Amino acid sequence: MAGKTLFDKIWDKHVVDEIDGGPSVLYIDRHLVHEVTSPQAFAGIEKRGISLFRPENTVATPDHNVPTIDQHLSIKDELSRFQVNKLTENCEKHGVTLYGLNHPYHGIVHVIGPELGITQPGLTMVCGDSHTSTHGAFGSVAFGIGTSEVEMVMATQCILQPKPKKMLISVDGELSKGVTAKDVVLYIIAKISASGGTGYFIEYAGSTITSLSMEGRMTVCNMSIESGARGGLIAPDETTFAYIKGREFAPKGADFDLAVERWKLLKSDEDAVFDEELHFDAADIEPMITYGTNPGMGAKIKDEIPAVDEIDKSTRESYKKSLAYMGFEAGSPIAGRKVDYVFVGSCTNGRIEDLREVAQFVKGKRKAEHVTAWLVPGSKQVEEQAHKEGITEILEAAGFKLRQPGCSACLAMNDDKVPEGMLAVATSNRNFEGRQGPGSRTMLASPLTAAASAVTGEVTDPRSLL
Amino acid sequence: MSSEKFKTLESPAVPLPIENVDTDQIIPARFLKATTREGFGENLFRDWRFDKSGAPKEDFVLNKNTYTGKILVAGKNFGSGSSREHAAWAIHDYGFKVVVSSFFADIFKNNALNNGLLPVQVSDSFLLTLFKAIESNSDTQIKVDLEAQLISIVASGESESFEINPYKKECLLNGYDDIDYLLRMKEKIVQFEKSRS
Repeated sequence: MAGKTLFDKIWDKHVVDEIDGGPSVLYIDRHLVHEVTSPQAFAGIEKRGISLFRPENTVATPDHNVPTIDQHLSIKDELSRFQVNKLTENCEKHGVTLYGLNHPYHGIVHVIGPELGITQPGLTMVCGDSHTSTHGAFGSVAFGIGTSEVEMVMATQCILQPKPKKMLISVDGELSKGVTAKDVVLYIIAKISASGGTGYFIEYAGSTITSLSMEGRMTVCNMSIESGARGGLIAPDETTFAYIKGREFAPKGADFDLAVERWKLLKSDEDAVFDEELHFDAADIEPMITYGTNPGMGAKIKDEIPAVDEIDKSTRESYKKSLAYMGFEAGSPIAGRKVDYVFVGSCTNGRIEDLREVAQFVKGKRKAEHVTAWLVPGSKQVEEQAHKEGITEILEAAGFKLRQPGCSACLAMNDDKVPEGMLAVATSNRNFEGRQGPGSRTMLASPLTAAASAVTGEVTDPRSLL
Repeated sequence: MSSEKFKTLESPAVPLPIENVDTDQIIPARFLKATTREGFGENLFRDWRFDKSGAPKEDFVLNKNTYTGKILVAGKNFGSGSSREHAAWAIHDYGFKVVVSSFFADIFKNNALNNGLLPVQVSDSFLLTLFKAIESNSDTQIKVDLEAQLISIVASGESESFEINPYKKECLLNGYDDIDYLLRMKEKIVQFEKSRS
């Protein structure tokens, strides 16, 4: 019999029951909740007259809708305030731990899970948010769900879910200077397209991946959904264990050592069979950026936007529509375009390492006058750490200001909206039409590229300034 | 959760021959602030449908009187992006019962099925046939038979079968609810928890 993949091992251990010809009944270890996709689910269980089955395995935080300045004041936007208050009310009523605004543990749900040690290897984790795949960086099976599914988990700690196929993506070799985890994942998505991963759960492997820090691994797993994949995971190793050790909800002392022994077994067998296997070479990866309106439309910053005749005939109309929205010419160089906004933050790149990278780069440099830059920490802890390390001062000296934690301009549910027609270089995960505000135009890139572009005021390959 | 039943539907269709229609287009994030499931249809395809001042954009298909019906026929990779179930709610709330495409994003597909909105995945070539038929005659009746798992163009008889998970099919045909199903399993779930500890 063929060996098992890491994904199979974790999934199979959580199957409570199989429905004939149907989905599995999958047990969920950790449920993360935020204000936007939960109110209808709370209302649903109330309507059924039931309570949360395992509130102790549920953690909530408001992130999508919160302002990133003046968080000590009441939220100005009435609808946002109502939704955030509703989350507080629901958590109080149903006994769910809430890290609300101004709590030292507040932040983007996918940033606080790992930093609090809630995210651990071998667990199943869900959240009503597609970037739940972030937690896969720890060797957990983590994926985004809809609100009806949120209600399922609230009611029974289980979810009905068809088992996805398995894909192995291995990347080997050393990344060259100026090339980061974000470039790796943008490269992968550009190769397999925004739908190439649909139906799959990805395992990332290879020396390039295992050389990444936990922050870098989270960036890679975070964007799995942008290839259409339900999630992505990486086998846990010493880097993982070292990151988890000592965190608030991580096992302590002898329990931690025992847990590590268990976690060490979490890897795909040598002879495991994947439905699809792809291999990439780190030497081919250079700083990447997107030029279109889905994350699969990415290229090397030094290259040109592909000419129309390089695009598959069946998708040319969509391609042209996308470039028309961006106001870009096919065949024109990517670098050198004037940038109006720079956004560093989100569950993709809002962690301390990202801010360190930006600070290190901009130290002694100056933000271009015409660029509006939003630097948004992923959590209160990241914000505090940035203050402690002197990152805040370095940023301020270079003309940048650190805001307060939240999803912010990634999806522009709050006031952090890129105005119509403006071009933003963003470290977030989606470049869809209007994603950062109606009519906004987004180019996705690494924090390093975002920092370089903020300094020069145009789309810039960071290597030219290293 | 919907307990609405779905068996067959015969209706003209609305064509949206655009690929990679993401959930931010279906319902932009700024309209996700409601705490109930109703009313999202108003803002379905908001930024394609209305200009800044809120006036309908005449060239967008939902604003043309030519096309009506309960079936939305869309380009490849429909529903990509965010997990927001609001996208399925918006389409359903607007009045669609079926979305046809040659490829659906996973989470959208689940969300649709959980709300009595049937995603029908057809081949690229049949999708093209559908677009041609609808565009040449906007009254073209399309029939979707869930029991037989068949989608057909009524006048020409051209048809194609489609896949659906047998469990989900049963749920839709009978208006069953996943949560009721899971709640009936409570004892088994408790047993499972005990067996792990």
